[in-house]
Amino acid sequence: MKRSFYRIIFCYLFIFGYQSFTFSQETFPVNDVANPRQECYAFINAKIVSDSKTTIDSATLVIRKGVITTMGKNATIPKDAVLVDCKGKYIYPSFIDLYTDYGISTKSINSENSGNFNRTTQIESNTKGAYGWNEAIKSQQQAHTMYSKNESKAKTMRSLGFGATLSHLKDGIARGTGVFVSLADNADNYSILKDKASAHYSFSKGSSSQSYPSSIMGVISLLRQTYYDAKWYESKPKEEGINLSLESWLANQSLPQIFEANDKWNVLRADRIGDEFGKQYIIKGSGNEYQRVKEIKATNAALIIPLNYADAMETDDVNDLRFVGLDDLKHWELGPANPGVLEKEGIVFSLTTSDLKSESDFLGNVKKAIEFGLSEAKALDALTIVPAAMIGMDSKLGSLSTGKIANFLITSGPIFAEKTVIHQNWVQGQMFEVKKDGWEDIKGNYSMMISNQGLTDSFKVVVNENGNAQFIQKDTLSGKYSFDGSLIKMSYPVGKGEKSKDVTLSGVVMDKLLLGKGMDVDGKEFTWTGQFLSPIEMKSDSLKAPKDLELGAVTFPFLSYGWVEKPKQSDFIIKNATVWTSEKEGVLQNTDVLVSNGKIKSIGKGLNSPQATVIDGTGKHLSAGIIDEHSHIVASSINEGGQSITSEVRIADVLFPDDMNIYRQLSGGVTTSHILHGSANTIGGQTQLIKMRWGASDEELKFAGADPFIKFALGENVKRSSRATGNNRFPDTRMGVDQVMMDAFTRASDYQKMLKEAEENNKKKGSTPMVVRRDLELDALVEIMNKKRFITCHSYVQSEINAAMKVAEKFGFVINTFTHILEGYKVADIMKAHGANASTFSDWWNYKMEVVDAIAYNAAIMDKVGLNVAINSDDAEMARRLNQEAAKSIKYGGLTEVEALDMVTINPAKMLHIDNQVGSIKVGKDADLVLWSDNPLSIYAKPEKTIVDGIVYFDRVEDAKMRVANKAEKNRLIQKMASLKKSGKGGDIKNMTRARPRFEFVNSCGDHEHNHGLLEIDSDELAE
Amino acid sequence: MKKISYIIIFSIYFSCLFGQETILPALPQSEKIALVNGTIHVGNGSVIENGSVVFEKGKIIAVGLNVPTNGMKTIDCKGKHIYPGLILPASKLGLIEVNSIRATIDAEEIGDFNPSMRSIVAYNTDSKVINTLRPNGILLANVVPDGGTISGTSSVVQLDAWNWEDAAYKSDVAMVLRMPSLLNSGVRVGQRGQRNDEDRLAMGLKKVEDIKAFFREAKAYLASEKPSQTNLKFESLRNLFDGKQKLFVHCSIVKEMLVAIELSKEFGFEITLVGAEDSWQIADVLKTHNISVILNSMHSLPTMIDDDVDQPYKTPAMLQKAGVLFAINDNDEHNRYRNLPFNAGTACAFGLAKEEALQAITLNTAKILGISDITGSVEIGKHANLVVSSGDLLDMRTNDVQAAFIQGRQVDLANKQTHLNEKYKTKYGIK
Repeated sequence: MKRSFYRIIFCYLFIFGYQSFTFSQETFPVNDVANPRQECYAFINAKIVSDSKTTIDSATLVIRKGVITTMGKNATIPKDAVLVDCKGKYIYPSFIDLYTDYGISTKSINSENSGNFNRTTQIESNTKGAYGWNEAIKSQQQAHTMYSKNESKAKTMRSLGFGATLSHLKDGIARGTGVFVSLADNADNYSILKDKASAHYSFSKGSSSQSYPSSIMGVISLLRQTYYDAKWYESKPKEEGINLSLESWLANQSLPQIFEANDKWNVLRADRIGDEFGKQYIIKGSGNEYQRVKEIKATNAALIIPLNYADAMETDDVNDLRFVGLDDLKHWELGPANPGVLEKEGIVFSLTTSDLKSESDFLGNVKKAIEFGLSEAKALDALTIVPAAMIGMDSKLGSLSTGKIANFLITSGPIFAEKTVIHQNWVQGQMFEVKKDGWEDIKGNYSMMISNQGLTDSFKVVVNENGNAQFIQKDTLSGKYSFDGSLIKMSYPVGKGEKSKDVTLSGVVMDKLLLGKGMDVDGKEFTWTGQFLSPIEMKSDSLKAPKDLELGAVTFPFLSYGWVEKPKQSDFIIKNATVWTSEKEGVLQNTDVLVSNGKIKSIGKGLNSPQATVIDGTGKHLSAGIIDEHSHIVASSINEGGQSITSEVRIADVLFPDDMNIYRQLSGGVTTSHILHGSANTIGGQTQLIKMRWGASDEELKFAGADPFIKFALGENVKRSSRATGNNRFPDTRMGVDQVMMDAFTRASDYQKMLKEAEENNKKKGSTPMVVRRDLELDALVEIMNKKRFITCHSYVQSEINAAMKVAEKFGFVINTFTHILEGYKVADIMKAHGANASTFSDWWNYKMEVVDAIAYNAAIMDKVGLNVAINSDDAEMARRLNQEAAKSIKYGGLTEVEALDMVTINPAKMLHIDNQVGSIKVGKDADLVLWSDNPLSIYAKPEKTIVDGIVYFDRVEDAKMRVANKAEKNRLIQKMASLKKSGKGGDIKNMTRARPRFEFVNSCGDHEHNHGLLEIDSDELAE
Repeated sequence: MKKISYIIIFSIYFSCLFGQETILPALPQSEKIALVNGTIHVGNGSVIENGSVVFEKGKIIAVGLNVPTNGMKTIDCKGKHIYPGLILPASKLGLIEVNSIRATIDAEEIGDFNPSMRSIVAYNTDSKVINTLRPNGILLANVVPDGGTISGTSSVVQLDAWNWEDAAYKSDVAMVLRMPSLLNSGVRVGQRGQRNDEDRLAMGLKKVEDIKAFFREAKAYLASEKPSQTNLKFESLRNLFDGKQKLFVHCSIVKEMLVAIELSKEFGFEITLVGAEDSWQIADVLKTHNISVILNSMHSLPTMIDDDVDQPYKTPAMLQKAGVLFAINDNDEHNRYRNLPFNAGTACAFGLAKEEALQAITLNTAKILGISDITGSVEIGKHANLVVSSGDLLDMRTNDVQAAFIQGRQVDLANKQTHLNEKYKTKYGIK
């Protein structure tokens, strides 16, 4: 009887429930007879999992007007409560998703608008109103003012177990505030749980069509500058007037700050921005955090993690598989382990449906994460209390206890068990049916009685799980049934094969009794009853026990040739080699070099050290590691071309260690590389010197203690001569380039003066404090004028080289390095008088107008005039042959072999101010060494070992072994994918895609074309 | 040696006086010349130490030891190396002067099927690039049109000429086809963006069908005795169908190469694969079907991120081992093709024997271009296209070309760059 009562309640809820929960709002008119309710329910006999640590058996949960009023084993049930029997059921807190744009129209957002190198420049914002200068800073956006419930979306979310979500407009770098809403079908006034619940940020400028920022390093600079601007704005500077963007920026600071990073390196980058301004962001990741989990742990950031696992690929075409990347395959295998790895590392994280191709994959993906090592408790936490706590809503939601909002799930079993279904999702005390089927357990043995015009027949029926039923007559006939919570349909075949016909039954389920009408194979109708006899034995349902998954190793970097274990420093002696010292000692024959603790300890003959391993250098040549003065590898962006002056941007912010070119260049003997901003604008960004520490993190790549540099550029690129559509960005001539620099340093001088005045003024007691706006762009220029930062200047023709030196001299500094400098030979004497270094190509020419007078003799002439000359690459491929490029100066210009090798070792070290540490083989210097098979100036020479800090990062013998291992690993993963398809494992093959070629992003300065292979994507094409 | 020095000094003097525009094509060979006592790298794999080469009226008349040289102009090559002139197998030399300036580009015509385009008529003998190749040993070049699917015909030129008619060494050697990309598309959800997910393989295969349809129509047209209307596009394919011309197929990956082979079988074309970065993957197939290969700039990154980091460097050795006829190219638009010998040198560092590497930029190239009867090696009867270097030509450390002869004419090794070098050395007083 109880059951049927319950059903009636249910019917009632279905018919009237909709309105009943729309609380009558004081200010709203009533178009009916007023119908006030208590909405009091008592859920009895339930197994209540109030949080991951607490489960109460046979407990009662009482809710009233959408709030939990009582909970516990012996809770008093109010008289006016509607009873819901939850025998055999589980109750969990509903899930919370912190990363959606639920209920917010995204119509206004255009597709990604970032331009490329040659796009028409939009200097100013297109946003109308008293807002800030940059269109991508949308801190004035307020999600709660845009929010309106979206029932169809809510229904999907609820069916996955969610009861509340933090929603924001995913547009802009600063995105304003997020709104925390319930997924109930309430008036919007009620479903908003917190209006301004969070502040949001990202690396994507979204719908902004403004040119700046065009790169991720520009985004970082813009955010940093906005923090400074907001601080300054607090002093109400009259120069700024009303700036609504900064006002809302300031107002949003007290909220939880959520940053969309979408990649492991971006997680670190976002966190560093926060560190500078005392903010700890909650960071939305991407699912690849396991690849750098130690570094991510060190940020102390809480993460929001999506479960968008990589799709499996078709494996049936070997010619397509050729282009599938090992890293993509490994990520496919390891991606589901990400949450488990984060848990193991003690990182706080919540899970989100964000980034899924299909939201319906969500629960399956959670279960997969559990299969791959995530504990069920942490999975529950990550969907309930953790997200609630992240935004300070844990007193209201995220677990079940008195006083909390009545958001909970009623499930058929443990929430993450294989066969568990969510029956109901109660949101703000409002019931939403998710899956009715199975609420009532009708499984069991029944005695079936059939009555047909007085004739009766009886037999046994076993109602099994999954809609299967056995009808035990003469034979046991396998039939089917379906039950929707009130009505039942059954059928079973009589006869065999194609000739079989079905007997069908249709009826209702009452407590322990089935009852209805049927039709036999001859079309005769009958009535039937089924009396419950006994329950059936059930196999216990639990989550698949974590099996041995046989997962591949995470490598550093996460690429082919990555280390499973990072190589370690050890002492060694290279014996009996021809040593090219790049010092005044020149070339030493049959000489030993002892390396200890990463430094060159001694050079001589017959050296010995007990703890040092011996490397035979007989017949081999040892040189200092090659230093590339001009490179664009290992960065996520290279050009910030949005403006002509971008001295605020820093390559340091966007180092990207997962770049195969580190390893490739190690194979060519490069040990130090100067990563420059591109040549899109006159005053480009701050550069970063790195050591080629393959497998290191972005921070570890940095060459510690080196003087900071900045890239300048002159000529065709900065005036954008190659554009088919003309140029609208100042400057358009070399006259203008000159004035861009004059203006920049004039402003920087004034700025410096003002800073000084303010400092002096603010020291005086009783003076009105002077606040000077901190300007990151001018800060870098002030550093140049104070000789704290040094210029490397992209340049070609003599007029511009000369003009740049005159600007520098006017402001009292020296252009440290002219890079490219293909007409340096024409003004070498003037450069020498100025004190500049020269870093050039060996033999490039005639690919654009400003290089028609480039000559291969340039390096030799400049060298002979007395300049410090280096040969650089500016090209990911050529960098691995810099020794050969240097050797061309022997052919063109007659330099000696020693002079030639100096141009890629000690000379670039000098111009980078690191010659006290690297660039030659000298006692006390870093053990950055290359052991060559032949004379290093010869085309036949190959590095056999490349050593950085005394660590062998490239070894031709090890390399050969790794090639074999890479192939084996790739094959293992392909076979694993293939066997998955054979086994037809549903979830995994549903989203199977064609074999995906592994494209490679290669940066270039935007200056010229490069030979980088078939799968190269010039990053300028994408985002610059 | 003295004579060579004279020539060099004279040409420098001459050019400084009159500027770069006065580098004159050499006069025809007027007397017998003997290069004596040199190390002769024949180009076919063999080396003759202390050998001599004699040439007359532009042709080699004697090669070897103890060759009589009485009464001839002799040039002592003791300690020096004599090579056949190097051949650029596929370049846009003379078609593009300055890459970034549209007005100086005559390489790509509008339209998809352009078999009637002839690169030779646009070849600019006054390009400043040409003279810079000779001091590195490059004396011949195949000039290849670009653009569209069928780009037109390429012609071999010699690099010391007044005009393109003089320059034409062998005209219209090959019809040039650019294979549509058959790289499977796929979305990489990666660090920095996505590629679109259209089915590029299907699009490519559709394009292949268009090419075949075009050839089938051409074949039918050419079979008719007297077409009622003349079709210049089809007419220009006559040599290809008659087997007098090769088909150069520019392609990269295995699927493209296999489709190219299949296409060549249907129409009976003799093909050479140009680019062919992944040719090492099907080297034995290429050998079996006698398909030759021109490898574009080896100084390139590997095709795939997972590939051996030096894959492009060692592809030549892999083709050599399989017995594939291949040539090495330099199509680099920055150094403007002059690193051809060093590309061969790189192949040497990665498994090719030195003489094999030389052959890949001389005799192999000549064979592929159908000119091995007249050039490509230092052998009797062939044109005296010769280079004298004081050291190993394939290594920039030792490459030092002191004399070069095209059809027996000793060519000026000066060029715009040497002139500017001299000019500024003078300014700074550098010796």
